[in-house]
Amino acid sequence: MKPEIKIATRQSFGEALKKLGDENENIVVLDADLSSATKTEIFAKAYPERFFDMGIAEQDMIGTAAGLATCGKIPFASSFAAFATGRVYDQIRASICYPNLNVKICGTHAGITVGEDGATHQMLEDISLMRGLPNMTVLCPSDDISTKWAVEEASKINGPVYIRLARAATPVIYEENKIFTFGKAVQFGDGTDATVFATGVEVAEALKAQEILKGYNIDIRVVDMLSIKPIDKDIIERCAMGTDRLISIEDHSIIGGLGSAIAEVLTERYPAKLKRMGMQDTFGQSGKAVDLMNFYKLNAEAIVKELKN
Amino acid sequence: MEVNESLLKELSKKAINIRRNIIEMVYMASSGHPGGALSIVDILTILYFYEMKVDLSNSKDENRDRFVLSKGHASPALYATLAEKGFIKKEELRKFRSINSLLQGHPDMKKIPGVDMTTGSLGQGLSAANGMALAGKLDQKSYRVYCMLGDGEIEEGQIWEAAMSASHYKLDNLCVIVDNNNLQIDGEISKVMSPYPIDKKFEAFGFEVLRNRWS
Repeated sequence: MKPEIKIATRQSFGEALKKLGDENENIVVLDADLSSATKTEIFAKAYPERFFDMGIAEQDMIGTAAGLATCGKIPFASSFAAFATGRVYDQIRASICYPNLNVKICGTHAGITVGEDGATHQMLEDISLMRGLPNMTVLCPSDDISTKWAVEEASKINGPVYIRLARAATPVIYEENKIFTFGKAVQFGDGTDATVFATGVEVAEALKAQEILKGYNIDIRVVDMLSIKPIDKDIIERCAMGTDRLISIEDHSIIGGLGSAIAEVLTERYPAKLKRMGMQDTFGQSGKAVDLMNFYKLNAEAIVKELKN
Repeated sequence: MEVNESLLKELSKKAINIRRNIIEMVYMASSGHPGGALSIVDILTILYFYEMKVDLSNSKDENRDRFVLSKGHASPALYATLAEKGFIKKEELRKFRSINSLLQGHPDMKKIPGVDMTTGSLGQGLSAANGMALAGKLDQKSYRVYCMLGDGEIEEGQIWEAAMSASHYKLDNLCVIVDNNNLQIDGEISKVMSPYPIDKKFEAFGFEVLRNRWS
């Protein structure tokens, strides 16, 4: 981990999209008046003829992306996670997932780490909504490198993909040459005192906690669940067998999100207790991302506190 | 193709066959929306037997004209038309809305050759048609996209988002048809939630509007 470099995954997403555009002329990008925030502007500047600003009309954006996909295009439709999923849930369900169309939905500004904009913009239910849809793949990368991988991987999947991205700059975790495998999580360390399953911005927090806990003689492993659907069932079962305690942590509601997905696997494969850290069935509020993570117990300190008990 | 007496006679015959099949399908299924299906038969007949370029032997031809039945509940009309055209076997029509049939309650593009877009949740088809028209422009293809809306359906806000986009992106390869039968489930559209004046609204959104009143 190189905590000195911090990049927001939305920035990595914008750069990766442009690179995809260089390689494949079927890549088209749609945005709903947020291209400077979602970073699709990087693609828009390079390929203006393949970029469609749909205005503040997300439902139409999703439907248009579906139509483009029926003609062989690979549309990436992007907005803040709240408007790219919740606002257009039925459009995604009926016009994309049911016909299994090749549309990639990219929700930036997911979770409370959106910060100052407050609860309306802090999407805490998108994983829940998207993973419940048949045909949908859900990826939640944790840093710059894994985001670039996720964007490229999404373009290779012939079907709908949701990529969950964050506003806040977070540490770069992986080396440039890291090789990821679709549907597989990434394990850090092999401590047996506990497993912390984390996703998105929480992976860096879990890794920080792992370091701090060493000082208390508590040796944990951290698992980056960058693929929420399909989920890596084997690693969940293995960690349940091999560690004393299990924790999940996500910048998302504990209902329907990563914690729920892991609990489903545990129930079927290896029943074990799981502590679900995340938003506890509540909306967020305005504030600095760092303060909110502290208030809602979504930071390294909260994990440390939980595991010291 | 010139419009003459014998062509009109032939088209009328097809329209009668389509109507007969719609009634039979909905009767056999004891379920479905016969009204909204019957009201678009003449339009579908003209589209599929006069206007549109579609090829039975190559239903996925990338140069074909596209049709989006945004008012997806009128599926019996589309299925009967596609059967008349040869895309669907006539025997299949009797399985409409029954288990393991290709003919779902609302059109499924993955199951039926000749169906260009899956629809059913109202208000979404025009956006998809716009996407097809945009792709045609990007690829410099000459195909046209036809989209059929219900007059009740245009109460959905997404229709007007899409109308704005069609105009903004100058989609002159798009033809939108509003089936103005004046009925929706709860009654006359003018009483439930009036979208009138429909022509002026589309004109205001930048469309060239042709009015075709029932005689």
